[in-house]
Amino acid sequence: MAFDKVWVLAESFEGKPLTSTLELLAKAREMGGTVEAVAWGDDVASWAPELGAHGATKVYDVGDLGGSLPGVPVAAAIAAQAQAGNKPDAILFATSYDGRDIAGRLSAKLDVGVLSNVVGLSNDGVSEHAVFGGTAIVRARFTGDTPGLYLVRPKSFAAEASGGGAPEVLSIDVPDTGATNGAKVVQRHVEAHTGPKLDEAAVVVSGGRGLGEAGKFEMIETLAKLLKAAPGASRAIVDAGWVPYSYQVGQTGKTVKPTVYIAAGISGATQHMVGMKGAKNIIAINKDQEAPIFSIADLGVVGDVHKVLPKLIEALQNR
Amino acid sequence: MNVAVCVKQIPDPATPGKLDPNTKTLVREGKLILDDSDAYGVEMALQLVDKAGGGEVTLVSMAPNSEVSGLRTGLAMGAAKAILVSDDTLKGADALTTAKVLAAAIKRAEPDLVIAATESTDGYTGTLPVQVAELLGLPSVTFAKHIESDGSAVKVNRQTEAGFDEVECTLPCLVTVTAGVVEPRYPSFKGIMAAKGKPVEELKAADLGVELGSPGQEIVEVAPAEERKAGEVIQDEGDAHQRIVAFLEELKVI
Ligand SMILES: Cc1cc2nc3c(=O)[nH]c(=O)nc-3n(C[C@H](O)[C@H](O)[C@H](O)COP(=O)(O)OP(=O)(O)OC[C@H]3O[C@@H](n4cnc5c(N)ncnc54)[C@H](O)[C@@H]3O)c2cc1C
Ligand SMILES: Nc1ncnc2c1ncn2[C@@H]1O[C@H](COP(=O)(O)O)[C@@H](O)[C@H]1O
Repeated sequence: MAFDKVWVLAESFEGKPLTSTLELLAKAREMGGTVEAVAWGDDVASWAPELGAHGATKVYDVGDLGGSLPGVPVAAAIAAQAQAGNKPDAILFATSYDGRDIAGRLSAKLDVGVLSNVVGLSNDGVSEHAVFGGTAIVRARFTGDTPGLYLVRPKSFAAEASGGGAPEVLSIDVPDTGATNGAKVVQRHVEAHTGPKLDEAAVVVSGGRGLGEAGKFEMIETLAKLLKAAPGASRAIVDAGWVPYSYQVGQTGKTVKPTVYIAAGISGATQHMVGMKGAKNIIAINKDQEAPIFSIADLGVVGDVHKVLPKLIEALQNR
Repeated sequence: MNVAVCVKQIPDPATPGKLDPNTKTLVREGKLILDDSDAYGVEMALQLVDKAGGGEVTLVSMAPNSEVSGLRTGLAMGAAKAILVSDDTLKGADALTTAKVLAAAIKRAEPDLVIAATESTDGYTGTLPVQVAELLGLPSVTFAKHIESDGSAVKVNRQTEAGFDEVECTLPCLVTVTAGVVEPRYPSFKGIMAAKGKPVEELKAADLGVELGSPGQEIVEVAPAEERKAGEVIQDEGDAHQRIVAFLEELKVI
């Protein structure tokens, strides 16, 4: 199957496209056909050139959503294009909050399936999915109607600029969505954040239940600061309320691919490892020699985090 | 307020899954259990109905072989009744087909609110609930970490990349919950006994008038993933930090 036209769902934050969007554009370009993007917000025209620089020749602008959650209106706008004959062969979405909502809505509207948790994609549309904690790969493809909807996990492809020029920006309409468009954002809360972003940092230092108590996460923060790293966490300590969800690495959290990943007091459950296995180098500190994390660590230290981390911090401070 | 909760019955996650090499679908053997992710939804539903001062919680599930053990857990927690769709023709159904079946089953319960988990433990596609909402013509709010309702609308704190959004949505609607939205109760002995007598309506796809199209996607191959090899493992004798520093230097991180 050849892909003549591929669309990418373009998401943005603070007036810039997300890295996950640029990753999808790089993949879409590789698939060979025309690459176009669908975006929304009140300032699409201002960041559309960056989508062009990554290969989109056209950007369909759904416009300001007036406080609606994107799922319903953006899916409706795309469906209306498809039904009017402007139909791509495939649409790539990032596995994000809004990406999943839009892909799910669109799937039901167009009566086409979704291939989810995609971590690889061939140019003829065969997708790869990591199963059983990343020990096996399932390859799948669509057999029915187009467009094929692919929900891709961030960090599956590398973002790369193409040097393309500014794309044409075309407004597209949201048809009447009736009662389905009833969810409205009344207030946004942004958690304060300093240092590099977890999914973009070159070094990630993560802590788990082995730290023993919430207060000990400070060691992770201190170490992260010394290494200009982002702090991360296992789900166990997110669920325990030690750190916010945005720190979580793994299947239900972020996928990270740093140069170095340091796991301290983390056992290495499959759901955690699937989110950090792609790190170039892994350092693990765990007092249990049998901990699964050691099976993928380049440097494993069998030891107590309460002894190793303070010394490591001191050694780095003294440099 | 009447609430329908989608609950998935899954193989015990503690026992590793397998893919059937012939049919290339997930092999489900042994007793199924209530997906932990859905225990949050059941608890949330019970609390909302309780606060509303009336109504009931209906569990809705699609599972093979007339499986009810997971439903019994939810009924023991306090749900009033359950609808189970069990049909051999649904084996290996994709998310959209499952959504069509569940949507039709949910309709029977005439709920004011539909709750599902953001993603299941074994499938984690995370698209099924919104597909259900679209098929039912309902608005939806996904990734709820807090829900309140006055009986005519819901107020939801929705997890976002940067923090959370306060979202308001009129009823009827569908909400997906994250782990931790509430603390699920353990079924009491009394609850477990009462659950045995609660009604479970079992249906086939045809009873719901759902037409099964072709799944529209197929698995072409299952292959072992490239394995990461274990490297050097050292015992900390009080000097392991030096080895870590040296390694970081080698990698030019410091
Ligand atoms: C559907 C689903 C999705 C999930 N998604 C995720 C996800 O996205 N991310 C995620 O992380 N998890 C996820 N999990 C949870 C996962 O299965 C594990 O429960 C979790 O990762 C465990 O976290 P942990 O390693 O911190 O805790 P534990 O497994 O309890 O491990 C603690 C480790 O610390 C070690 N330790 C204890 N004391 C010390 C000490 N003093 N010094 C050194 N080491 C010590 C112990 O030996 C142990 O290995 C998911 C689970 C499910 C079912
Ligand atoms: N077979 C099923 N029966 C009932 N609910 C389901 C079923 N499959 C999925 N769900 C619901 O939809 C959520 C998301 O599922 P998934 O799309 O598999 O990640 C689950 O957590 C359940 O709440």
